[in-house]
Amino acid sequence: MKSTKDIAALLDEPACEHNKKEKSGCAKPKPGGAAGGCAFDGAQIALLPIADVAHIVHGPIACAGSSWDNRGTRSSGASLYRIGMTTDLTEQDIIMGRAEKRLFHAIKQAIDTYSPPAVFIYNTCVPALIGDDISAVCRSAQERWGVPVVPIDSAGFYGTKNLGNRIAGDAMVDYVIGTREPDPLPLDTSIKIHDVNLIGEYNIAGEFWHVLPLLDELGLRVLCTLSGDARFREVQTMHRAEVNMMVCSKAMVNVARKLQKQYGTPWFEGSFYGITDTSQALRDFAKALNDADLTTRTEQLIAREEERIKVQLEPWKARLKNKRVLLFTGGVKSWSVISALQDLGMVVVATGTNKSTEEDKARIRELMGEETLMINDGSPKELIRIVRDYQADILIAGGRNMYTALKAKIPFLDINQEREFGYEGYQGMLELVRQLALTIESPVWQAVRVPAPWKRSCPQEESAHG
Amino acid sequence: MADILKRNKALSVNPLKASQPIGGSLATLGFNRAMPMLHGSQGCTAFAKVFFVRHFREPIPLQSTAMDQGSSVMGADENVREGIRNIAAKSHPALITILTTGLAETQGADVHRNVREFREAHPEFADIAVVAVNTPDFTGSVETGYAATLTAIIDALVPDAQLAGTFPGKRPRQVNVLASYLLTPGDLEALRDIFEQFQLRPLFVPDLSDSLDGCLTEDDFSPVTIGGTALSEMATLGDAKATIVIGESLNKAAELLAIKTGVPSYTIGHLYGLKANDTLIEILAKISDRDVPERLERQRAQLQDAMLDTHFMLGQLRVAIAADADLLRAFIDLLQEMGAEIVAAVTSCNTHSLADIPVATIKIGDLEDMENIARANRVQLVIGNSHAVDTAGRLGTPILRAGFPLYDIIGGYQKTWIGYRGTRQTLFDLANLVINHAHEDIPVYRSIYAQKPANEQTDYPLSCH
Repeated sequence: MKSTKDIAALLDEPACEHNKKEKSGCAKPKPGGAAGGCAFDGAQIALLPIADVAHIVHGPIACAGSSWDNRGTRSSGASLYRIGMTTDLTEQDIIMGRAEKRLFHAIKQAIDTYSPPAVFIYNTCVPALIGDDISAVCRSAQERWGVPVVPIDSAGFYGTKNLGNRIAGDAMVDYVIGTREPDPLPLDTSIKIHDVNLIGEYNIAGEFWHVLPLLDELGLRVLCTLSGDARFREVQTMHRAEVNMMVCSKAMVNVARKLQKQYGTPWFEGSFYGITDTSQALRDFAKALNDADLTTRTEQLIAREEERIKVQLEPWKARLKNKRVLLFTGGVKSWSVISALQDLGMVVVATGTNKSTEEDKARIRELMGEETLMINDGSPKELIRIVRDYQADILIAGGRNMYTALKAKIPFLDINQEREFGYEGYQGMLELVRQLALTIESPVWQAVRVPAPWKRSCPQEESAHG
Repeated sequence: MADILKRNKALSVNPLKASQPIGGSLATLGFNRAMPMLHGSQGCTAFAKVFFVRHFREPIPLQSTAMDQGSSVMGADENVREGIRNIAAKSHPALITILTTGLAETQGADVHRNVREFREAHPEFADIAVVAVNTPDFTGSVETGYAATLTAIIDALVPDAQLAGTFPGKRPRQVNVLASYLLTPGDLEALRDIFEQFQLRPLFVPDLSDSLDGCLTEDDFSPVTIGGTALSEMATLGDAKATIVIGESLNKAAELLAIKTGVPSYTIGHLYGLKANDTLIEILAKISDRDVPERLERQRAQLQDAMLDTHFMLGQLRVAIAADADLLRAFIDLLQEMGAEIVAAVTSCNTHSLADIPVATIKIGDLEDMENIARANRVQLVIGNSHAVDTAGRLGTPILRAGFPLYDIIGGYQKTWIGYRGTRQTLFDLANLVINHAHEDIPVYRSIYAQKPANEQTDYPLSCH
């Protein structure tokens, strides 16, 4: 089990804005009034997309049983990550102290059955409480069977999902990154190839594949995305990147910071949501790599892509212009999605900031002006109230809020990791507008809001609205 | 009599099991104005919530005692009391259940004491029923968690007949129905219809058809369940003419109810297939003292006709089933009634009722076990939850989705499996799944002397579809 000191050290993240101020997002959860995941949830989300690894959840059934095969992330090949594995601890294991032994044999079983390049062990509450030494078990299993076995000490009670992301990131820095050199570059390229990493890119619904061809075209070799569509051997080489891009919030900023400290790799923060931000991210790569030729080619590519997508978006823009949006998402997504929506001429009336850092909030103010309503209380009741008060046409939020919105008969777009559509890059904007228009313009809203004909007091007036 | 093969591997791969707290939450959600609270870290609740949201496609009331590092080590009594207090003050529900997780039980929590302490400290919330249940996830499954919670709720909320002055038959039309998790909201609706044809009023305990049936209400939002068994009804269970128990997992709850109320109790394992439904109809005819309505007679005859039509597809069909005990028994009975062969029966944990399920062996295990046994026995059809879809894909067979969770289809929670009509539809669904998949093709043979045209002389395989 991690000590209170270990957890305090994880919470102290110099590269995170929250460090400077008493903060909202890492507040202590309140019994009977809590929402959101735990550290194990966060660790698993952060690493599960590494597709060829055997991910073993060490604990009783609830941790894996309710969560395996539950993510929208996609792989271009290996699919071992979709096989749910858990030690499924029993009462006897816990009372008799057999949990470590079961874990040891479980690792062997996973290796024997699936020959993975590595095994990740996620520690959960019960084994943490009874004092299982999973690091020692991992070490001896690795020695015994010659396959890397990585402990991720992520008991749920350590803290929030966000803390779990950091624990996961730390485990990669401590055990995986730097253990292999990258494959040699192809020799016969006309342009200079640069090695880069993306940290916090999860390839939800395959959306990163809208962006990756552009990076290929520019000669940016992605050594690894941590962790969408990643492989173990890619994570091993992350120390060799010339620059790292932090994609999703500050969740794994500890990885970027530590890679900078240990290997001197500079990093920047960006997003692939929306035209403006996608172009900005590409420019930031060129800037950080300081390659004049790359800068020229980047500008050409941006001009070409923006032109192309603007023509395709034109008919949609007319339909979505001035529609009012209430955005309730965590962290970076608040500002990155705002820019995507503003690209479409939509009006963001309020945004959730309960997981955003001070820097995120500053960015939001910059984008939307000082008047913007920032929502910290994300209770369903409050969200519905704000939608009504601010006359929003649509609520954009995580899947958890979907049925809240639908029950209140409010159009809804799912923005979180369980979603089934990819919105990244220039091309992703087309999917985004299609989904926005699909729900906002749907005839069903009228059908569910208008009372049954025999209950209408003044039938003609009602139908005039329709 | 089934041979029970126990778990024999260290790692559970592609788990079939859903946890006891999930089962306890589900039972709670069938009561009106209820709120389950899991005693554990907040992830326990978040995962359970996502599990239900994906299955029912509804907002799900579910709370957490939010144990953190300090309370996990030093004791979480205050978390429980504060959790109840916060829920009571904020939403004033009719029922709060406190369901322990593995974390709380390992720590040594005593939630029953915590509830007593809360009672003493907060007489102002005396009208809110608070029921604590031990449902650690290191033992049992969704089935046992559901049963334990229902038993605890009956224990707490049904008054003893002597004290309350209830007596069986005081409400001559009322029949209590203890409903196992295997009955979907759609099943319960169909069942209500059957009861009403006998002029009987079923009182479902719990009643998911009233709370999780996917109904658009006038209210924008409710922090607690809307619909479900009203707690006020619990006091009337003792006045019913009879109790019908669907699902052997509820035996203990049924016994307790019978002891408390003296109401005669009838247990039926499930309502899948002709035989099981005949049993139900006979009981209803007896309780109501009425003839079987013509409409039901006709539905029975329709089912018989469907059995004839589908036995060509389902006879000798090699089927693998992965489900908890009640549902496993239901499908095994249904398929054996049709002459199918159960080549793999896998369930998530050992329970008392498994041994008398009429199949040679039952494996306690996971979906990997089912996959291996099924492959070895050349399975033709898989029955399981949405997680088993990939399994069926690897086995190259069609799948009938059943159980928990069903997240890759819409409306799975509402499917009606039971009654003569539901059974008929299930047979059609099964037959349609195999009609184009499972029959065994004779390999094409081409005579070495054949005079077929030249373009047919190659050895590409012919498909019969």
